[in-house]
Amino acid sequence: MFDLFATLPDTAMLSRMQFAFTISYHIMFPTITIGLSLYLAFMEGMWLKTQKPVYLQQVKFWMKPFAITFGMGVVSGVVLSYEFGTNFSKFSEVVGPVLAPLLAYEVLTAFFMEAGFLGIMLFGWNKVSPKVHFAATCIVALGTVMSSFWILAANSWMHTPAGYEIVNGQFQVTSWLEVIFNPSFPYRLSHMLLASFLSASLLFAGVNAYYLLKGTNKEFAKVGFSTSMFVILILTPVQMLVGDFHGLNVAEHQPVKLAAMEGLWKTEKGAALRLFAIPDQENETNHFEILIPKAASFLITHDVNGEIPGLDQVEEKDRPQVAVVFTAFRVMIGLGGLMLLLGLSGAVARYKKRLFDFKPLLYLSVAMIPAGVIATLAGWYVVEVGRQPWLVQGLVRTADVISPLPAATVAFTLALFVVVYSSLFVTYIYFIRKLILKGPPSLDEVQASLINPLLDGHDDLPATLNPAQVDIGYSQELSEYLNKQDQHKQDKGEK
Amino acid sequence: MDIALVYLLLIVFGILVYVLLDGFSLGVGILSPLLKNRDNKAIAMKSLSHIWDSNQTWLVFGGVVLFVGFPIVYSFVLSNLYLPIILMLVALIFRGVAFEFRFKADRSQAWWDLSFSLGSIIATFCQGLILGALVGDMSSTKTLDDPVDWLTPFSITTGFALLSGYGLLGACWLVRKTEASLQVVAKKLALKLLFLMLAFFVVVSIWMLVDQPAVAERWLSFPGSLVLLPLPLLSFFFSYRLWSVLREEQEPGLKPLGYAMGLFMTAFAGLVVGVFPYIIPGRLTIWEAIAPDKTVYFTLVGILIFVPVVITYNIYLYRTFSGKTSMKDGY
Repeated sequence: MFDLFATLPDTAMLSRMQFAFTISYHIMFPTITIGLSLYLAFMEGMWLKTQKPVYLQQVKFWMKPFAITFGMGVVSGVVLSYEFGTNFSKFSEVVGPVLAPLLAYEVLTAFFMEAGFLGIMLFGWNKVSPKVHFAATCIVALGTVMSSFWILAANSWMHTPAGYEIVNGQFQVTSWLEVIFNPSFPYRLSHMLLASFLSASLLFAGVNAYYLLKGTNKEFAKVGFSTSMFVILILTPVQMLVGDFHGLNVAEHQPVKLAAMEGLWKTEKGAALRLFAIPDQENETNHFEILIPKAASFLITHDVNGEIPGLDQVEEKDRPQVAVVFTAFRVMIGLGGLMLLLGLSGAVARYKKRLFDFKPLLYLSVAMIPAGVIATLAGWYVVEVGRQPWLVQGLVRTADVISPLPAATVAFTLALFVVVYSSLFVTYIYFIRKLILKGPPSLDEVQASLINPLLDGHDDLPATLNPAQVDIGYSQELSEYLNKQDQHKQDKGEK
Repeated sequence: MDIALVYLLLIVFGILVYVLLDGFSLGVGILSPLLKNRDNKAIAMKSLSHIWDSNQTWLVFGGVVLFVGFPIVYSFVLSNLYLPIILMLVALIFRGVAFEFRFKADRSQAWWDLSFSLGSIIATFCQGLILGALVGDMSSTKTLDDPVDWLTPFSITTGFALLSGYGLLGACWLVRKTEASLQVVAKKLALKLLFLMLAFFVVVSIWMLVDQPAVAERWLSFPGSLVLLPLPLLSFFFSYRLWSVLREEQEPGLKPLGYAMGLFMTAFAGLVVGVFPYIIPGRLTIWEAIAPDKTVYFTLVGILIFVPVVITYNIYLYRTFSGKTSMKDGY
């Protein structure tokens, strides 16, 4: 009889697949929320400063997709904090003394803050003053950034370990500063934060472009589209520069990963840049190469004849899966190029005063909604697959530190995660789509929602909101609401 | 003070806070199917929307403090109890996303109510299994290489015991946050669950005393039993006060939840006393498992600074949303 279990990959492979799947899924959501929380803080700050309701409308609208995305990030993130122990028990035991405190600081300085103040941010509109509410929004944004700080410190340490010693087979810390600010950390942190800002900007730009194309919510969409196109224009080149520095850091500390990114099997002087190729791990060569001679050497060593060590610098068993690293790297770079194109087209359209009605630009923006998230995922595949077969570069092999679980058990949970996560993702997209199709609340709704139903009167409301002082420009709904408030006040007075 | 002991206390504190806070959140989910009409279910769920995430964060806190203080225990427990832990995490996902989707859905509301309650029930049962597996295993002479048997009559009993306990906390929370007919329902449920939980409490205690000589030794010997006497007395006091306050007509406010939490704390303290100084019951003591100094002191600084801050703003959060939950609450 056909034996299902005989065909399973081994536990090490299954645990790696499960971790890769669950972390890839998780990272999409924080990538969006880190950037989006800053947008929310910015828009709410602008509202407090200018009192223009259009900013408040931005906050009120984007808060909902933000909340769903944040929720997805929270529930999928809790899984990860336990997966180190469930699937990589030996790893937790050996490296725990270095990595666990970083995760603890993430919980203490980020998770609690985000979770707590998100409650105020979403549900506190009528319970706290606008200033306190703005503070809550800022704290949530700060929390998301703090969280990336700690988790990227931990991740970077696994690429460029520093500040440790090994005592009886267990890692111990000699300097916390060296552990946290390890050589690749500053590059990785800035690269990831920028990736997040860009991903959120692309989402923002795309949704607003959709409204502009449809001709609905025009005033609302103009504010968001203009802001996000400006951010994309500025941040894309900055991101490319940071990425370049990050690449040089990889060349210095993880030359094998760099060779995989470049598809370089043999150490070469004046190495060519491979624009396209299909790497063949078994025969240690590439098929269908498209080359730019000497360009790789120039980019990395800043010398056309500089030497780049190839994959042959290490034995076969110490090499990553080259095809994955090589391809993911090109996907990331390609999408980065498209972002640059989008930013520049936006600038030209703005100069020609056609930012809001130049259709190809709007279509491109809509098409590029997922570009940031995909580029971020691709980037993570480059760095994480590129580090294999090591879990801690050069020190701990992934295959040596997995939990001794039956393969069938891990196969079952992996299948469970795939089914649950896929259906949740469909649900998530469905609700995001629903919120976007519904569009932002009208300006009247936005203003009415601000009035605390518990207030006895509204004498202290800003003049623009008080119908006694303004007699035009208000909807039926708002006037009725305010009249009811008056009535209520009189009733109370009579009693 | 002994740093291993400090970390044991921190973990006990973290788990206790988690059990008390997420206990009532999960409890509301457990009771949700009993609330019959959809508006009641919505109110019950809304009473938690602003705090479930904060409450659940204590689970992550407990996990990472264990990871910092006793990495060997973290790796042992999580890999040995692989299935119940993964199932708990998946159940918590269903519970968590229900809060986001329930109030944005039109046609699928009933499904999200189901996701909320089923997620809460499975997560709670798994936590009970995990607890029972670790505590029930302690009398054996096993080493760290032997697997933990997590599906036993004892662990299944503790699974149901925890369902009744969280249910009680959830009912008491609803007494605080709801009015009129829903509050009456919550009070009735709380009374029933109080007796159910006490029954489980007695069964599990006797089971442990009979099955595990080490526990019996600690609880039944003289003068040890005299020192420990306040614990059962306190649980009797809390149960009695809870019973009488639930039977009164007037608004009981926070009192039922307070007494129910008191009852939980005494039960929890009794458990810790029975197991001490083991961190993996019967196999490894806290002193054998504690992580290197550099690791534990560095993290202790952060815990001592930030945990009080966290508690402060969480109190602020509870006070901000202290009133009765209304259908209008939301965003």
